[in-house]
Amino acid sequence: MSLPASTLRSAKRDERSGRSPVGQFFLYLALIALALLTLFPFYWMFVLSTHSQSAIFSAPPPLWFGEFLERNFTALQARLPILRNIWNSLYIALMATVATMFFASLAGFAFAMYDFRFKRPLFAFVIGSLMIPPLLGIIPYYLIIQFLGWLDTPRAIWVPGMAGAFGIFLMRQYVASSMPRELMDAGRIDGASEFRIYWNIALPIIRPGLATLGMLTFIGQWNNFLGPLVVLSSRENYTIPVALRTLQGQAATDWGAVLTGTALAVLPLLIIFVLASRQVIEGLVAGSVKG
Amino acid sequence: MARTTTSTPQLSWNIRLNKLQRRVAPYVFISPFFILFAVFGLFPIVFSMYLSLQEWNPIQGLGTMRYIGLENYTWLMGDPWFWRSITNTLWIAFASGIPQHLVAIPLAFALSRGIQSFRHPLTAAYFLPYITSAVAIALVFQTIFGTQFGVLNQTLQYLATAPWSAWLFGGLADSLPVNWLGRAPNIKPAISLLVWWQFFGFNVVLYAAGLATIPKDYYEAAQIDGASGRQSFFHITLPLLRPMIFFAVTFTIIGNLQLFDQPFILTDGTGGTGQAGMTVAMYLYRTGFEWLEMGTAAAISWLLFLLIGTLTVIHFFFFGRSGLERRD
Repeated sequence: MSLPASTLRSAKRDERSGRSPVGQFFLYLALIALALLTLFPFYWMFVLSTHSQSAIFSAPPPLWFGEFLERNFTALQARLPILRNIWNSLYIALMATVATMFFASLAGFAFAMYDFRFKRPLFAFVIGSLMIPPLLGIIPYYLIIQFLGWLDTPRAIWVPGMAGAFGIFLMRQYVASSMPRELMDAGRIDGASEFRIYWNIALPIIRPGLATLGMLTFIGQWNNFLGPLVVLSSRENYTIPVALRTLQGQAATDWGAVLTGTALAVLPLLIIFVLASRQVIEGLVAGSVKG
Repeated sequence: MARTTTSTPQLSWNIRLNKLQRRVAPYVFISPFFILFAVFGLFPIVFSMYLSLQEWNPIQGLGTMRYIGLENYTWLMGDPWFWRSITNTLWIAFASGIPQHLVAIPLAFALSRGIQSFRHPLTAAYFLPYITSAVAIALVFQTIFGTQFGVLNQTLQYLATAPWSAWLFGGLADSLPVNWLGRAPNIKPAISLLVWWQFFGFNVVLYAAGLATIPKDYYEAAQIDGASGRQSFFHITLPLLRPMIFFAVTFTIIGNLQLFDQPFILTDGTGGTGQAGMTVAMYLYRTGFEWLEMGTAAAISWLLFLLIGTLTVIHFFFFGRSGLERRD
């Protein structure tokens, strides 16, 4: 019943709002042109990563892929322990992701499913901590890392953020909206401990939300620049962004090599995004809009 | 028989234990956040307040810290580089921030009300820059902005001379090629362009989410009354989108005032000719980690916090009431 009525209405709307085919065509044209313009730097990066320095600096510039990728990669390896740097980025991002998924969902589960004293002020405190600009603590952060003897180690980067407020908030919303409270009692009657209820009942239910949080954490850590820049000091321990930064300002920057490096830095995110763009976008919006 | 007699106290002990773990569990579950925040969040903030009143070079050890009162602050007030970094930051924040919203709002409107298909792929395309490494992307933009062979200048050169476009772009011919990253007046526009490009898609997504909450009936009612698409945009969409605009602008203010990665990479970490591209965040980094003036750097971070706070409060004061008003 409702289907024909609504289609009828939308047909009427099209007619009334004067949505002409020509107007639609130009609207699509403009939207697609802007999308192509937005994507162009990525295309450009991949194209240039397959060209030599002299081809990059030529007029007109190369617009299609060349055959220099392998030599660029070799040149990049001569300047940077790039595979090591990729591994560092991957290790830090994965550690941060796994730790955040665990601690944030645990805390989010507690805030969503329990009534306990000071719950409201404690949760307000978690949300309030999101308002603090990260730059405010950057100097003492360095000093604490130094004090702990963690300078130039991966844990200096992934440990501090492993129970982030954003993740707790996201997980609280997720648990609250997807897990019925009766399941708590059902678990207790079966004799499960509170942690077992979290692990065996809550975790499977919130798996999609957990995946979103995992991707967002991975992306954030993978791109993190200022933190690693401050606490990492040796080439072998650099993450990709910090390593790429050292290619700048060399006497003769080999841009083919640089752009091969940037392509490697962007590629994993591109893959995640192609596979799960909806989840990434919705997660980021849900996390920020409701905050 | 013996087993049942011993199991009764055992059982009650179990029940008590069970009750205890149920009561304690939520606190245990949320404790990692509070422990980590105390060590890596709260303590740094308090300590940076203390540090901003000291003169200290970290190389010489904690013992060389010297209390100097507000001297770091008074010194910064008279420091031309500090003021330049403030004006640079504000310049870039506005020049990249305002266009973000001016483009994102109509774009979100067009995506959610103007077209029927390809909504998601288009949104995803606009959004992609937001999730990519700012460092990587700034390096790519450095080649795009290249003076002699950068693709931007080559495109402008082409447009200025090609017969079909010369009437529009011909005026540019004299000023080409533009030295985007080398000449002081061009650095801030170049940085702003990159920042705009990287963040407008995020705002598109925010506004699309805001538009999704506006009931369709409003538009239908307006159409029945004969309103055009433009009229419904100005009289329905914009007013109802106000809370989201308020919110998204707050986001932009807080984010843009802390810009670091993009200006840092585009200016090779130096701030560019005449420090024209040096933001407060960059000045803070260089003061602390290049010139090793930790006390002064901590003072900069508090002044930046003050600036962010002030602008946010001004924003709340002027737009908060209408922005946060419940719509009914």
